[in-house]
Amino acid sequence: MRTDAAIAANRFGLGARPADLQKVDRNPQAWLLDQLQGPSRQPGELRSLPDTADVLVEMQDLRRERRDMRNATEAALAPDIVKAYGRTIRRHYLDQSEARYRLAARSDYPFFERLVHFWSNHFAVSADKQPMPALAGLYENEAIRPNVTANFADLLIACEQHPAMILYLDNQRSVGPGSRLGRRANRARREREVGLNENLAREILELHTLGVHGGYTQGDVTTFAKVITGWSIGGAGENARFAEGEPGHFEFRDAIHEPGAHEVLGQHYPQKGIAQGEAVLRDLAAHPSTARCIATKLARHFVADEPPQALIDELTASYLESGGELTSVYETLVGAKAAWAAPLSKYKTPHDFVISTFRAFDHVPDSTRFVVGALDLMGQTPFRPGSPAGWPDTADHWGGADALYKRIEWSNTVSRVVGSRINPVELGDAVLGPTLSAESRKAVSRAESNVQGMTLLLASPDFQRR
Amino acid sequence: MLSRRDILKATGMGAIAASLPAVSFARANTNSRFVLVILRGAADGLAIAAPYGDANYSKLRGELALPSPDNGGGLFKLDGMFGLHPSLSGVFEEYGKERALIVHAVASPYRERSHFDGQDVLENGAANVGALRDGWLNRAIAPLGGSLGSEVAIAMAQNTPLVLRGDHSVTSWAPSRLPDADDSTLRRLEAMYAEDEFFAARLAQALKSQEIAEGQAGLDQTKSRGNDAQQMRTMMQATARFLIAADGPRIAVLEAGGWDTHANQGATTGALANRLSGLDTGLMALRDALGNAWSQTVVAVVTEFGRTAAVNGTRGTDHGTASVALLLGGAVNGGRVVADWPGLDKSDLYQGRDLKPTADIRSLFKAVLSEHLSVADSFLNRTVFPDSGAAAPMRDLLRG
Repeated sequence: MRTDAAIAANRFGLGARPADLQKVDRNPQAWLLDQLQGPSRQPGELRSLPDTADVLVEMQDLRRERRDMRNATEAALAPDIVKAYGRTIRRHYLDQSEARYRLAARSDYPFFERLVHFWSNHFAVSADKQPMPALAGLYENEAIRPNVTANFADLLIACEQHPAMILYLDNQRSVGPGSRLGRRANRARREREVGLNENLAREILELHTLGVHGGYTQGDVTTFAKVITGWSIGGAGENARFAEGEPGHFEFRDAIHEPGAHEVLGQHYPQKGIAQGEAVLRDLAAHPSTARCIATKLARHFVADEPPQALIDELTASYLESGGELTSVYETLVGAKAAWAAPLSKYKTPHDFVISTFRAFDHVPDSTRFVVGALDLMGQTPFRPGSPAGWPDTADHWGGADALYKRIEWSNTVSRVVGSRINPVELGDAVLGPTLSAESRKAVSRAESNVQGMTLLLASPDFQRR
Repeated sequence: MLSRRDILKATGMGAIAASLPAVSFARANTNSRFVLVILRGAADGLAIAAPYGDANYSKLRGELALPSPDNGGGLFKLDGMFGLHPSLSGVFEEYGKERALIVHAVASPYRERSHFDGQDVLENGAANVGALRDGWLNRAIAPLGGSLGSEVAIAMAQNTPLVLRGDHSVTSWAPSRLPDADDSTLRRLEAMYAEDEFFAARLAQALKSQEIAEGQAGLDQTKSRGNDAQQMRTMMQATARFLIAADGPRIAVLEAGGWDTHANQGATTGALANRLSGLDTGLMALRDALGNAWSQTVVAVVTEFGRTAAVNGTRGTDHGTASVALLLGGAVNGGRVVADWPGLDKSDLYQGRDLKPTADIRSLFKAVLSEHLSVADSFLNRTVFPDSGAAAPMRDLLRG
């Protein structure tokens, strides 16, 4: 058994299942690259989920019902309507979390799944803003998953035009002051100007593409915000001012789009309508700052908190030479010596850790609350990084003392509740291969019970790293 | 079943802690407590302490403007210029007792508008993003002693925020709902981790924190969920328990999110009012739970930057520059607003849109570290806040 097999399954994948390493060992690199095509049909876990549009319409109906009731009685809201709204959101959130973690626990395409999670975090919509808990998992499957091996520009556009992202960063509220509706509204109502909201434009530049030092100014943010005014969602909004477009789907609203040509990062954009924003996004995708930003994040995610500069350079070059073809970048990553040089150089995030425990036990969790609750305690509530920057990807964030203690408690709990029939030493050899250290192996072998042995294995430094 | 305290004894941890050289905090130079509360997301200083006396305020803020103190249900009157948000009744009570102080138009040296970089500068203590990889509070505690098992500082979170990260050992704690691992398992883990410094140090810290948390009656660990106010109250009560434990930490850092009010910010009620109400509940819970130790306490509530002076097109405010900082506690020389008020006229605003900073937040931190925690000025300027010579410590913030 080669160390490379363990690296492939644990660092690039989501953690080995007991029978995986034997298979991977034949050709670890090929095992990874073969996964890039992704599963030929949609995984069963995802098939029963609704579409974003269905959920948005459902939520809107509930909100309307709530508003009607308030208008009718002018009394406090009927508690069951409030409860129904919260319950509906919670149900969608749990369904989507369940689908994500069940699929991760059993997938035969763990490298592909890891990339889905990576990009979902790069383009994060955080479930701490309503109604994101009901959308974040759908967004991952609709905008990220189909584009994980596409050109970065396509992934970028799919994310920025997804209703979840529009809502998360308030773009449906952003009105061009010189647009038809903007001018009319500001003439009619002097007390409150309707206008731009820079949120989405800023985060696209800062987080999704160029990076914060990527060479843009406050002026670029404001102009780019104007360019993407009108990127909205179809159907009647909260104020029912517009009703065009398919309810719950992305909709370009010309009436609030700031007209005219605009200049972003020194480039002139004479296009009209939605094409203008798409042209800016394509140029951003092709920008060298974006290439470097993506290369650095990938290298940090897969190799080390402080990745080797040569590897970042190699990935950047691959990105630029291929014109942002993500598959080329992944191939470069998997082919890079640096990516295989040092095993166990990354401290797992709680998300990585929890998924890898289920895979080690070859168990698909049926209680989502168990998974969500555990991740919540370890500081990584599913789909809820708390900001559009997503979760940090370094040990100095995840390495708190209390966080380790929670991992130990989880190791103990999951070993008791789930466990494995395989004896803990054999299990350690099976899922960690040569990366299980002599110290850990000894500690596991001397455990007083199977449960304790499994707890020690999961809590071992070797299992906690990848 | 054994308690964590018994385990520490059984494993010799207690004995190790007791035999450490004379660096435990109780024997260090102070019994002063310091609590840093970071409001992540850029809290709106112009709503927390509203300049109702500035003629431009209500014009700029439109429907977000808070009613002046003379109107019922409006701002709490701080002085002829500033009023405190109506959700902060507890803070106002402390203000009346001269134990709360507001510093206005204050900012870190950061002048862009990224949350993440803004927080990086607020916490790393340097003049630039990424200039230092550790936090100023971690560097500051070096002279205060403390060591593995008797750390002087605690992060009240699963994961340590940047401000407390660094070479100096700190601990962390957050409520749990998982059952404990048994003591035999913990002992074996200690042995297994012995060769791995990263894991060994963290487990030792965690066991020590468990000991304090479990040694105190009344903290219901199952209550880590709930609304903002409940969560804040639980966390603040737990913080107090750590800070008054005989050999516990004396410095704590808490974080609270949800201040990025781009849309529907609200005025006397609404999203921001709810966040402030939760904060106020938490601060008062901390005061009450600290008991007598409140007189030796300074709480600093800070944020990475402020928000635009004017309301935006979506009834909210966008990323700005200067904001407010609150100081609270028995050691604070309060009952005042400290501000070199820059004004809200368009020409007075930073880049024509934000409250202009006239004070450096490092001046406030320096004053607290120097006067309250007795950190030497030369150390502050050289190590804790390098390149901060121009930011002299603010004077008279604390009681002499």
